[in-house]
Amino acid sequence: MENKNFKAKVGLEIHQQLNVGRKLFCDCPIMEYDEAEHRILRYLRPTQSELGEVDPAVMFEFRKNKANIYIYNSRASCLVECDEEPPHPINMDAVKAAITVALALGSKIVEELHVMRKIVIDGSNTTGFQRTVLVALDGVLNADGIEVPVQTISVEEDAARLIEERDDAKVFSLDRLGVPLIEISLAPIEADPKTVEKVALALGRLLRLTGFAARGLGTIRQDINISIEGFPPCEVKGVQKLDLIPKVIEYEMMRQYHLYNIARLLKEKGLDSNSSVGEYVDVTNLFEETGSKVVRNALDNGKKVYGIRLIGFRGLFKMEPYPNVRLGLELAEMARAYGLGGIIHSDELPAYGISSEDVERVKAYLSVGESDAFILILANERDFDALSALRQRMLQFFEGPVPETRGPTGDGRTKYSRPRPGAARMYPETDIPLIRVSKELIEECRRFVPRPWNEVLKDYMQKYGLNEKLANQILDSAYLGLFERVCSTTRLSPTLVAVVLTEHLVNISREGLDISILDEKRLFELFQLLDSGQISKESVIDILRCMCKEGISASDCIRRLGLKPITEEELAKMVHDTVLSNRSLVESLRERSFGPLMGMLMEKVRGKADGGKVSRLLKEEIARLLQNT
Amino acid sequence: MDGYSGALKRLLEENNVRAGDVIKVITEEREYVGTVIPRYEYASQDFLTLKLLNGYNIGIRFDKILSIKLIEKHSPPSFKSTLLEFKSKNLPHAVIVSTGGTIASRVDYRTGGVRPALSASDLLSVVPELADIAKVDAEVLFSIYSENMTPSHWTVLARKVHDYVSKGYEGVVVTHGTDTMGYTAAALSFALKHTPIPIVLVGSQRSSDRPSSDASSNLISAMHTSIEAPFSGVYVLMHGWVSDERMEVHLGTKVRKLHTSRRDAFKSVNSKPAAIYENGRLHVILDDLPKRRPPSSFDIFPNFDERVALIKFYPNMDPEIFSYLHGKGCRGIVLEGFGLGHVSSRAIPVLKKIVRDGVFVFMTSQCIFGRVRLTVYDTGRDLLEAGVIPLEDMLPETAFVKLSWCLGNFGEDKVLDVMKANIAYEYSSRTILEEGECFGK
Ligand SMILES: [Zn+2]
Repeated sequence: MENKNFKAKVGLEIHQQLNVGRKLFCDCPIMEYDEAEHRILRYLRPTQSELGEVDPAVMFEFRKNKANIYIYNSRASCLVECDEEPPHPINMDAVKAAITVALALGSKIVEELHVMRKIVIDGSNTTGFQRTVLVALDGVLNADGIEVPVQTISVEEDAARLIEERDDAKVFSLDRLGVPLIEISLAPIEADPKTVEKVALALGRLLRLTGFAARGLGTIRQDINISIEGFPPCEVKGVQKLDLIPKVIEYEMMRQYHLYNIARLLKEKGLDSNSSVGEYVDVTNLFEETGSKVVRNALDNGKKVYGIRLIGFRGLFKMEPYPNVRLGLELAEMARAYGLGGIIHSDELPAYGISSEDVERVKAYLSVGESDAFILILANERDFDALSALRQRMLQFFEGPVPETRGPTGDGRTKYSRPRPGAARMYPETDIPLIRVSKELIEECRRFVPRPWNEVLKDYMQKYGLNEKLANQILDSAYLGLFERVCSTTRLSPTLVAVVLTEHLVNISREGLDISILDEKRLFELFQLLDSGQISKESVIDILRCMCKEGISASDCIRRLGLKPITEEELAKMVHDTVLSNRSLVESLRERSFGPLMGMLMEKVRGKADGGKVSRLLKEEIARLLQNT
Repeated sequence: MDGYSGALKRLLEENNVRAGDVIKVITEEREYVGTVIPRYEYASQDFLTLKLLNGYNIGIRFDKILSIKLIEKHSPPSFKSTLLEFKSKNLPHAVIVSTGGTIASRVDYRTGGVRPALSASDLLSVVPELADIAKVDAEVLFSIYSENMTPSHWTVLARKVHDYVSKGYEGVVVTHGTDTMGYTAAALSFALKHTPIPIVLVGSQRSSDRPSSDASSNLISAMHTSIEAPFSGVYVLMHGWVSDERMEVHLGTKVRKLHTSRRDAFKSVNSKPAAIYENGRLHVILDDLPKRRPPSSFDIFPNFDERVALIKFYPNMDPEIFSYLHGKGCRGIVLEGFGLGHVSSRAIPVLKKIVRDGVFVFMTSQCIFGRVRLTVYDTGRDLLEAGVIPLEDMLPETAFVKLSWCLGNFGEDKVLDVMKANIAYEYSSRTILEEGECFGK
């Protein structure tokens, strides 16, 4: 199974939060605040369409029939987010942002904008729909020499933030609901995973340069459509980190390729879905005496054991041609999405306390032959829908990859989240008047169209004396504004400031510390302390660690760490004493004694004195001693 | 045609295109393929609304259009409704009388049109839970916005409800737009005497085309209440809070819309709610509600006199307005005075004159909550002396409806007595201290 020269088709859809002061359809500020003043409980019902068709994704949510609980706080939300007041007029700054991006991408701007309601009944919108407006069509993104066609540019409201998924209800915070997003859909391109990451980076940079983009983790999300040749795409929704993009694409390619191979293998064996995949059989009574705790618990909770035979499937469920790509996993994750806990396939048995006697009994009962497999599912009778969806999926093993909506797992894998929705169900948002895009409005936006990244980069390197890598990093950073402020109000070297704001923060975040607590105010204080000589640049990273761990300010960290700076005289004396007490070392190693002595000194004064100063004093002191001897 | 006019209309007609058809539009910039969507009545006329294949609507400037081409004629979707399937043969008979507010609807995602579900079978296929409660009939009595309701509509509605109950229906639910539902509830409260069952008015604050609509949960709860409640009379049922948990059942004479948009806009004023419907159970709150009665005592007084006015007093109001109303043939006026029931002293001589000329003048308060009392200050005593009758804690809207009803059904000699009598719980003799604000929880 080679996939070296295997190319996938990948379509990117970027969702970027806009930093435009207020939400899209009300005057609430954009902030994270989920302390509950009220909890509002709601149910959503699918509105029937005129034709009575059923959207698979809509039914998937409705069958779960979960309540939605919305956490409300008046600082971050008003009646509009509660769906208790009609929307206010659209935030025109968000529209301007989209027009600006459209101009930058050479897209055709829609002359009269119509706000639409897109049906979404997973609870993430209190209304049961997402308001969205198409602002422009077409255009081309130039990413490092690759030209990617743009399909659409729209502005939409962000969804409520999922806080908790309980058995009976989903809990959302309303603070994020209504935050303006720009959505840019790129046409699918045939490219290797790394190139797709570059494309996403280029688009992200364009958005940041307009000045309209919010910065920071979670403010940009990409949906990625991935398909292998001849098969419909799977959509991976909500990839937040850029460096996950190639991993997600690679995993999806391998997963889809494995499904393709399974289908081919089954065909080679001369099998077809209908005769191979059996019907569910209630095998609960075979487990009456079982020693398996998993099964026992399920039975005690009123569940039953359903068995299903799959002819010719022996070994296929555990086959793992690539890490974490297995049919068994495929089914298990789908079962979990439907709210089913236990699903066990014969390739992994005996296990979970299910003995080989148990296995033999099931095999006999279901007439499972030597080359066949079976699956056991622990479920309630009322889980009929989930069971039939799973059987449907087994039938589809004969087709290769099937379209579905998946989510990223955080480590570069993807997993099943729900069926692919049918054609978008949209109807006009009649509470919002139509918006005419005038020539004047377009001309106003033209002023915001940014220059190309390379030009901005060059200027930045020149203005601040940064190298290319640092300049790129700081321009991509959430702290760009802070960087400029620190550089213009302190005497600190821009390179130092950039290193602290990019590399230091990346390092301590890799150590597992939560850097989200480091807001601009706290970081600015740190730079002021550094500027006034109260801390040394060597101590900055320790102070940052302490700020993250303890959640306290930089000056409190200095006290906590005992980093009170040493005065000039104290330092001089310390250097002098160190040299004297290591006299024999200096005399034998002469100038080369600088290394070990510097090490000793820095051990004592790290964070309290500037390394450059120590080195200068030490050299003088060694020279003086050597002169005198 | 479909909201289009002028040159754009001609262009569509020349190409045999109507709303719903799929067309290709060629402009100076690009080609678009999509469905022609009707224009709103007040939208600018120089744009064509097209629903693109991705579902979005856009407006295309007429003067940019080079040509259009019909691709596919569209025939309106045939309305499929499921057959009525009643769970049990023993279910009670009930009826939903609709007056205009769409309590259930379908969306045609192709054109974005919202179509109300009107027949019983429509209703049941959109709100199938109803079939578990009753054998439901449905009648569309009016199709008007509730702001266009008049006293003559109240008369027709009262007669209709009387008919259904007399025929033996065990549940009667009236769907109503929320703006004037309080007035209609008061009108039915007076017009229908000794109802055997509770008549429940119900509306929705979020339109039924959205998944979050309160329409179906209100309708289902209203149907349960009308069939199962131990009391009789006329009630309004709506959400009791912004969650979909607790419904409140309000006396038809004590209820007022107190919020422009919230689901729990309706509140009982100067009274607790009559009952709460929560988790499928009805909890009766008021303990002196009328019990269910035998149909034999059911009676109807369906007439309303339209020559009645409800006037809110404001600072420096020109009292000539009262002479004007009198001159136009007005037979009765309900005043919304300040505070305990006051108006500026400048108005008193005019009021005194029209009362002497035979106009009935009553006082309520624009405070909404509380009771009027004209014996505390001089102005009040002057008003009493002028012949203005205070109406205790009656809601101004209820007083207005009651006066219209009194003049419609009784001789002038009876009006004062009937107005002062407690006919349908419009008065309460005790005002109870209630904790908290009107809104919030
Ligand atoms: Zn708001």
